[in-house]
Amino acid sequence: MKGSIIIVSFFIAGVLLGRFVDVPSLLTAEEPTLYALYALMFLVGISIGSDKKALEALKHQNLKIMLVPLATIIGTLGGTALISLVLSGKSLTDCLAVGAGFGYYSLSTIFITQYKGAELGTIALVSNILRELIALLAAPLLVRYFGKLAPISVGGATTADTTLPIITKFCGKEFVIVSIVHGITVDLSVPFLVTFFCTI
Amino acid sequence: MIIVISLMVCGIVLGYIFREKNLKIVQKLINYAIFLLLFLLGITVGANADVMNNLNSIGLEALIITLAAISGSILCAWAVYRFFFISTK
Repeated sequence: MKGSIIIVSFFIAGVLLGRFVDVPSLLTAEEPTLYALYALMFLVGISIGSDKKALEALKHQNLKIMLVPLATIIGTLGGTALISLVLSGKSLTDCLAVGAGFGYYSLSTIFITQYKGAELGTIALVSNILRELIALLAAPLLVRYFGKLAPISVGGATTADTTLPIITKFCGKEFVIVSIVHGITVDLSVPFLVTFFCTI
Repeated sequence: MIIVISLMVCGIVLGYIFREKNLKIVQKLINYAIFLLLFLLGITVGANADVMNNLNSIGLEALIITLAAISGSILCAWAVYRFFFISTK
């Protein structure tokens, strides 16, 4: 819990700074975040490689690992299909297309803006950023109440990169491989599913 | 994503080679990197006028869709965890 509060504080401090202070464009550019991410992944790699238990966990993985991305895709599409009944202004395929971004906001926003217009494109952007944020911020709570696969499933397409460090931290190193396989599989499904729901 | 995974593989190889060394500092550095990353992500969100202004109107619909998507995911992930991951331990 303490870890989560510290993390949220850093994020909120960033939001306030970005909102009210005219920060140098260097800080909002993609590069600093990207390089911080690279450094982080390298460090996470070292901690996995030096962990003798992680190697043991890897040896015991099998095909059931593919059930995790499958659960994420089915769960997300089911949930967004149901909610389209409640949202009056949005059609079934609108909601499915937004949901099929799985947190991969750059790609899904481009697709949806192109096929469905700027309004749904903006919704897709905000929705998928929120998904990534919730995965980052709620990971410890998700683990406690819904098990160690919940943060991975909520992380969607981001679990092979941006949310991997946080998942490693709260789910343990034995879930790193699950998280990476999940991220890559869901990531690959995004362009196919989003275009499919945009064009039917 | 290929760069990210390659970097991690390099780290894994290095970590494996030096696994007998004391690597406690790595865990500390990981925490600092997470804090920095979230701080930078916050700045990007706060400085993006489109995201901040639209969070009121369009944001509500986005939030509803997100919560629906996440709830479905959590439900399925919990079921998979409960029936395929815990029971085999």
